[in-house]
Amino acid sequence: MAGVLTFSGKRSGPLFWLTAFSSTVIVAFILFPLFEMVTQPSLGALGEAAADRDVVRAIWLSIYTSGMAALISLVFGTPFAYLLARRNFFGKKFLESVIDLPIMIPHPVVGIAILSIAGRNHWLGRAMQQVGIEIMGTTTGLVTVLTFVGLPFYVNTAKAGFEAIPERLENVSRSLGASAATTFFRVTLPLGWRSMVVGMIMCTARAVSEFGAVVIVAYHPMVAPVMIYERFTAYGLKYSQPVAVWLILVCLLLFLLIRFFSTSKTKAP
Amino acid sequence: MIQIDHLTVRLTGFTLQDVSLTVEKGEFFSLLGPTGAGKTLILESIVGLVKPAKGVIRIGDREITHLPPEKRGVGIVYQDHALFPHLNVRENIAYGLRYHRKSGAHKNGSLDNLVERLGLTQLLARSIHKLSGGEKQRVALARALAIDPAILLLDEPLSSLDPNFREEIRQLLKDLHRETGITVLMVTHDFSEAHFLAQRVAVIHAGCIEQVGSVRGVFMRPVTPFVANFVGMKNIFPATFNGSHAKVETLSFQITNSGGGKGCIAIRPEHIQLLAAAPEDRHPNLMAGTIIRISNQGIYAEVVLDVSGVQLQSILTTSSLHAMDLRPGSRVFMNVAPEHIHFI
Repeated sequence: MAGVLTFSGKRSGPLFWLTAFSSTVIVAFILFPLFEMVTQPSLGALGEAAADRDVVRAIWLSIYTSGMAALISLVFGTPFAYLLARRNFFGKKFLESVIDLPIMIPHPVVGIAILSIAGRNHWLGRAMQQVGIEIMGTTTGLVTVLTFVGLPFYVNTAKAGFEAIPERLENVSRSLGASAATTFFRVTLPLGWRSMVVGMIMCTARAVSEFGAVVIVAYHPMVAPVMIYERFTAYGLKYSQPVAVWLILVCLLLFLLIRFFSTSKTKAP
Repeated sequence: MIQIDHLTVRLTGFTLQDVSLTVEKGEFFSLLGPTGAGKTLILESIVGLVKPAKGVIRIGDREITHLPPEKRGVGIVYQDHALFPHLNVRENIAYGLRYHRKSGAHKNGSLDNLVERLGLTQLLARSIHKLSGGEKQRVALARALAIDPAILLLDEPLSSLDPNFREEIRQLLKDLHRETGITVLMVTHDFSEAHFLAQRVAVIHAGCIEQVGSVRGVFMRPVTPFVANFVGMKNIFPATFNGSHAKVETLSFQITNSGGGKGCIAIRPEHIQLLAAAPEDRHPNLMAGTIIRISNQGIYAEVVLDVSGVQLQSILTTSSLHAMDLRPGSRVFMNVAPEHIHFI
């Protein structure tokens, strides 16, 4: 009777059907609302939205600020991810938890936390104002918030990628005469850059979808999620849908492109 | 020449304790020991991948203890080959050349000779994913030798290979060593590999070196119970020595030594002779026992017998096992010549 509960036998038995049922429910649960939302607006409404300057600007701002967040994560996150992947040291577990914090904190709290050091009541906020950096209601503020929430996704993905590269390869490279820095560029980067790209995609995706923290730090300039929310509350479902569709389409296209370029080029001949 | 003096390396959960070792110039030296004994840690200290807590390492007359790996001129070949997967055969072999423009194997076409000597000429443009295990190991060897290293370190170079490749690479290593005269330090857990390749060995156990000597010397005269077991003396018993006899529990063996005190005796399974019936001439160490267990290994069988509460392991060819019709429970006689009883 044990065979009934395994996949090795025929495609029957309660476990198979339970799995098939729950998988279908999950996929439908995710796709159905999205599909309905994408198909409900008329082509005319979509065209109108595409011609709307504010919509185009909001979507561009979303992508631009999220891309900046991914770039900042790349520059600062790569050495950190490499360190976490390669070294064992006291307090490493603590650092790893710190990196995960932005994922766990409620988003409005992230916004409030950033404002609490960027305002006039804090020495850092005053120092930044002196040199002309304004967080509240600026693109700088947007990038700051999005980097905060997107960074863990880059660091964790890049770290997993570095961990998958056998340390021995780096050791051999060193023994053959390459310095640590050269080894990174000749061995680690060629083997790990794909996971770095995936990390940037994840970071960007997370940043594009951020709403709660953005609303607190920079309602204006308006990124796409904020605009969608505003149109929803001010005019209703019908007016928010076309913008949402455009945001989804543009992001999908971008991610597909990046995925395409990061997998096709350096396949083994 | 490699000279290691009082090397101590502390890692979490493992310590390499006060290791001193000298590998002569041009020697093929083998570090022997079971998995987790610390052999690889010694290699990694020489390469510069771990920081020693104490001790000095020299290559030739250069102290390298605190040099970064890239300044040491050490070639290393790992058991899993550790080839760069994003580079083809040629690029793998040439990887280190740019850092050794003066000394490396570019000059006067010796790289071509090396590639040809290792039979890689036809494979240069190949992706390393399409190589056999033996070919991969030859590429790894070429890559290490291309920079003309002062010493060559081999970390279990044969253990990941199929038996037919293993023999090929083993012979290749022996020939290469003879032809180039390079100093080689090889880590292995297989005594037969060391036997075939090395001139001297060191046996390491739990982070300490237990014995250093010629391969034959260590094989014939192990100085600790661990080394005795490692070189195949499966029967090791604490014994009390009294004149020319060693007492193990209730048994008394005649041995070639004379003296007193406590120690161990060790006997190779192949030196314990099994007899179906008592022979007519007298033997000093003839004893009767009962067979407990027989494990057939194909061409030979391991036989465990109980002699007055002491369990001894012997070895028989499968054909004599059948000729003598032995099975668990059979009564047999065993004999061991006094000169085959080793004392520690």
